[in-house]
Amino acid sequence: MTRTDPLDVPRPHAQLHFGVFFQGVNHWTIWSAPDSGSQIDPASFRRVAQTAERGLFDAFFLGEGLRLREVDGKIHDLDVAGRPDAITQLAALAAVTRRIGLVSTSNSTFNEPADLARRLSGLDLLSEGRAGWNVVTTDNAWTGANFRRGGYLDHADRYRRAEEFLTVARALWDGWEDGAVADSARAREWSVPGAVRRVHHRGPQFDVDLAPTLPRSAQGHPVIFQAGDSGEGRDFAARNADVVFSAHGNDFDDALAFADDIRRRLRAVGRPDDDLRILPGTEIILGATEEEAQEKKRWIRLQQVTPATALGIAGLLWGIDLSDRDADGPLPKEDPVVTANDGSFGARRIADPRAVVAEWRAKAEAHGWSLRETIIALGPQRGHVGTPSGLADKFAHFVRHGAIDGFNVTPYLIPDGLDDIVDLLVPELQERGIYRTEYTGTTLRENLGLREPLTHRSARNRRQAG
Amino acid sequence: MTGPALHLAVETDGDGAHPAAWRRAAHSPAHLLTPRRVAQVAAIAENAGFTLITLDDGVLPPGAAPDPVGRIGAVERAAFAAASTSTIGIAPVIPVTYAEPFHVSSQLASLDHISAGRAGWVVTEEERPEAARAWGRPLIADAATRARESRDGVEVARALWDSWEDDAAIRSVATSRYLDRERLHYIDFTGETYAVKGPAIVPRPPQGQLVVLGRPDRVPAAQLDVALVEGRDLASVATAAAAAGTPRVFAEVDVALDTPQATAAERVADLERHAAWSDRGRLRHIGTADQLVALLEGLSRHVDGVRLHPLVLDEDLPVLSRLVLPALSGRRLVARPLPGTSLRSALGLGRPANRFAAASAAAQEDAR
Repeated sequence: MTRTDPLDVPRPHAQLHFGVFFQGVNHWTIWSAPDSGSQIDPASFRRVAQTAERGLFDAFFLGEGLRLREVDGKIHDLDVAGRPDAITQLAALAAVTRRIGLVSTSNSTFNEPADLARRLSGLDLLSEGRAGWNVVTTDNAWTGANFRRGGYLDHADRYRRAEEFLTVARALWDGWEDGAVADSARAREWSVPGAVRRVHHRGPQFDVDLAPTLPRSAQGHPVIFQAGDSGEGRDFAARNADVVFSAHGNDFDDALAFADDIRRRLRAVGRPDDDLRILPGTEIILGATEEEAQEKKRWIRLQQVTPATALGIAGLLWGIDLSDRDADGPLPKEDPVVTANDGSFGARRIADPRAVVAEWRAKAEAHGWSLRETIIALGPQRGHVGTPSGLADKFAHFVRHGAIDGFNVTPYLIPDGLDDIVDLLVPELQERGIYRTEYTGTTLRENLGLREPLTHRSARNRRQAG
Repeated sequence: MTGPALHLAVETDGDGAHPAAWRRAAHSPAHLLTPRRVAQVAAIAENAGFTLITLDDGVLPPGAAPDPVGRIGAVERAAFAAASTSTIGIAPVIPVTYAEPFHVSSQLASLDHISAGRAGWVVTEEERPEAARAWGRPLIADAATRARESRDGVEVARALWDSWEDDAAIRSVATSRYLDRERLHYIDFTGETYAVKGPAIVPRPPQGQLVVLGRPDRVPAAQLDVALVEGRDLASVATAAAAAGTPRVFAEVDVALDTPQATAAERVADLERHAAWSDRGRLRHIGTADQLVALLEGLSRHVDGVRLHPLVLDEDLPVLSRLVLPALSGRRLVARPLPGTSLRSALGLGRPANRFAAASAAAQEDAR
């Protein structure tokens, strides 16, 4: 086994950070296995969060979707669905965890700053500085049908609204001076006079005037996460985010190119280029040997991509109902129908279905694959597969060369899917000196090794940081 | 129904019902906004044997200087308290004057899952024009329009709770189906000002429907499980209770009790030097624990429960816990909720049928 000399790399002291993404709506979570647990029972959330905390993970992460997914006007019924409101669930987890960060995905299109900023702030106080907000946007009227505002935003306005939302949220989070509350019940006033500032904001998206109701937490502001991969999304992250969830964590060169691109964008907006953590989403499949890990991966993929799921995925690509076909037979002979995406299955926007189908046909013919085998082979290749020691070496290489700062891991089984990673992989990472042996801080911001919130930095701090 | 004559709820926001309560609190002002405080108050109420705590809220600060201007959101506090307790019911206050009913419904359904069926909802209104400016929404100025928003918001939340039938997640390996889409329902709500499509994104709450509490003059009786009624004396409470038309009726009662250190009257007088305890037209008891027990016994002939609003939580909760609840329990007027029971069961309310399941069953009947 070759190990890089830890001192002969660009970042010899780099540390790997793990988050766990408890997914609630997707076909990656296997629900059919005998040990698949509940997707809604609070015990499942507690089990995953406490396992992650035992493994010294930085963050426990929940997603959000504001309308049940549909295909051709019918509710998509093949995948896990039905999950708790993220902030509410995380506030409960704050009571049964001590150090792990609690990150909520919350939509900036179908929320208002006064309400959402306050909810996040409450979570941040209840967890004593462990809250994070994954800022997501929606533009479609299909989701809007569940909300007062209805309608939708222009695609281009999504990020404008998100950015203005953040501006208002930060003003609210900064509305109380540190030490704004009296330290004794004998004080004349409960809050120090002048220490709470109203927020007046009038902009294209928001026109609000209110008094913020909460102090800053131990970490200043909730940590801001962002996941958009477009150029616009990356610029948004460079201006606003503390952590990026990327889709670039599989291939080293791809990950490094993404990380370099983010660093370039950070410098362009005047931020130090180590000011943001890059945590690609991934799956980690472990085996005692390479062969065992590959065998496990095959089993997992077959569970994830059932015949019905394969036909569902193909149906979305072809734009026609294929549910009566044979997933274990050849690819459909028809040409795909290109339809406008109304957002109803927002996870999949396929730019050029004809090109994708042509590629699938060529590879399926060359390898003799069925439709289901094709989807498994050519679907998103998320995930690292191997032995704990092999993957620890691989991750050490990734992190010490600045390609990633860690991973946001999606367990394929709830609630026990994290156990092997914590019990087998984490010790290997620790042995290589790229993973903490105890929490380094009490807040999410500290554990991620982040600087103060962007709005708090004095000129002095900026110089030091740069 | 058999069961205790009286269910006891206690409002636990801030430091107590008096705006200056913080001055007599047993902790520093900054401690109010900490997780320890939230867990501690819930634990004291649970140990005392209360059926329910409520947590007041709104988008605006709870008060104005020199009194407290900070408050963690009630849903977040409720979720945190639910994870730190095992038996007591927990009902956040959530006005739907400006909030998104879809979000409110999801939050409350989640709270019910988190608490294994111990959640309730106190429906109130954002009355002040400043609330509209905070939300950034057009002002809802008059009482009738606010009542409409409450009515529509409760209707949407309740319909969404039923939009998943209990067994909608079928996990059928044979058919590869996680969900049975026949057991999921669009609510297709259309009100005067907005529409909501559904279904919910959260499975049906364990209780089926959460316990909804509110003022019967502000929310239609048919939407409430528990009417919160007010009256300055027993007779007016009795009249209001008789007129409520809801499955259960709770009387609102302000309380200040004698403590070992000071009489109730002295404690009230001390706080009144700083601010006035506004008269909301409720029964108000300022006196001994025994007198309160007698008052509650009298009330038990007219109402199913009482929501207490203690002057100062840190002073009055211990007296309620040490003297009042044991005395009521000794006279079999109240019963401690049992571990493992839902809030609905504790209140003697059945688990409601699902409106959509009932409708689809009826449609199947018709088709035969």
